[in-house]
Amino acid sequence: MRKRLYNIAGVLQGLWITFRFMFRRHETIEYPSVRKRHAPRFHGLHELRRYADGKERCIGCELCSSICPANAITVIGAENTPDDRRSPGERYAARYEIDELRCIFCGMCEEACPTDAIVLTPHFEMADYRRGAFIYSKDRLLVPVEAGRGEPPDERPGGIPADLGSVAEIKSTVDPERGYDATWRGSILKTERKGLAG
Amino acid sequence: MMPWWLIVLIKSALLLFVVVTAFAYAMLFERKILGWMQLRPGPNRVGPWGLLQPAADAAKLILKEDLTPKTADLLIYKLAPFISLLAAFAAYAIIPFGASGNGVWAIGNVDAGILLLLAITSIGIYGISLGGWASGSKYPLLGSVRSTAQMISYELAMSLSLIGVLVLAGTTSLAGIVQAQQRMWFVVPQIIGFLIYVVTAVAETNRAPFDLVEAETELVAGFHTEYSGLRFGLFFIAEYVNMLTVSCVATLLFLGGWNAPFGLTMIPGVVWFVLKVGLFMFFYMWLRATLPRFRYDRLMAFGWKVLLPVATLNLIATAVAVALKG
Repeated sequence: MRKRLYNIAGVLQGLWITFRFMFRRHETIEYPSVRKRHAPRFHGLHELRRYADGKERCIGCELCSSICPANAITVIGAENTPDDRRSPGERYAARYEIDELRCIFCGMCEEACPTDAIVLTPHFEMADYRRGAFIYSKDRLLVPVEAGRGEPPDERPGGIPADLGSVAEIKSTVDPERGYDATWRGSILKTERKGLAG
Repeated sequence: MMPWWLIVLIKSALLLFVVVTAFAYAMLFERKILGWMQLRPGPNRVGPWGLLQPAADAAKLILKEDLTPKTADLLIYKLAPFISLLAAFAAYAIIPFGASGNGVWAIGNVDAGILLLLAITSIGIYGISLGGWASGSKYPLLGSVRSTAQMISYELAMSLSLIGVLVLAGTTSLAGIVQAQQRMWFVVPQIIGFLIYVVTAVAETNRAPFDLVEAETELVAGFHTEYSGLRFGLFFIAEYVNMLTVSCVATLLFLGGWNAPFGLTMIPGVVWFVLKVGLFMFFYMWLRATLPRFRYDRLMAFGWKVLLPVATLNLIATAVAVALKG
């Protein structure tokens, strides 16, 4: 009876604990006014990057769209013409859409991309009242020309190595002997890039 | 000279305002204290430090839809919150807050004050029982059945713990009891009575850890499950006003009322009274943040097998001591 019902020492101990906790610093982060620092490689909203000369990195290869486990990415490529070269490669993305409601922010697109065009930024505040607003088309994903190349993930600690450099350099690394075989191009660029960086 | 009824009316209006304000900030105080004890800041969005939170809560409750279940007993269902509230407020008609010279700061200074107070506060239970019963749904019914049983069990021990004070003071007038504590607060000779009173007071007002009447983990919300909007708000007010009432009673009967401790008489008695009531209210919230809810059979066993016998023994011991001395 004594043991079962009235452990007064236990009650007092409990009261002491709650009393002490009253004076501790609270753990709440008062979000809109106080912001937590994210990990440097936080996976947030996507961004399509450019080269230093303003050309788009995306070559419309659709690897991101293929690897995407949530089927969130739609890419429709088109051929570059000599008068209107959007990207240094043969093709560019005529349409590039990501449904951010489907996206699980796994970062596989970032890994699959042969030219480091698609990148996950730390930006995470995407809330909106309309469903349609979550389908990010190319004009919202692509870094504006005046903004330069966009915030590269390369500069994040432990991130992928530094920038590829200018378009001219890239061009020079492509072996003219091998030509522009569509099946090869991605892997050529990827290998060349690694060579360049390291 | 103003007619007596006008004076009473003005006093009542003033007191009503004070009590309602006290309720509003007791609620905010509780949420803040609970927050701090749980490492949260508590409400802090409405006004500086959340000070306007009570106003926001009131506006919300008033604007909410007032639902009535199909199976409810309409008249009693609608009446029950008012019974609770009325009983809760009525108690303040006889609670004295201070004294100056021969005058007592109260609407009515009743000779049988403590008895009347117990009688009035006991009426409040009708609001809970009837409200739960008239809701015509199972959880409120269980809640009100529990509350009835709990009230009967704990009211006995509570009254017995208070009689010890009455024996010492030799009066049932609340102001008289406070005056009898000028030398020594009754919490010292009646420490057992005080502890029993604290426990039973928590049970009487259905607060954690004795909140089996509401018991959200088992009974959804207990007796007020079906209530919404303003009617729920009335029950809510009644609960907090009752907390304030039992805190006032504890202050008057055990903590010396408006008597200043350590001879600090330069601070007016009312301030001491409010401080003591505040301290007791803090203890309430502290308990809520600390202890888990009792199991129902243990609550009953505790009331009947421990509190009641101990309160009886305490009363007998007090009576014998007073008889031997006098």
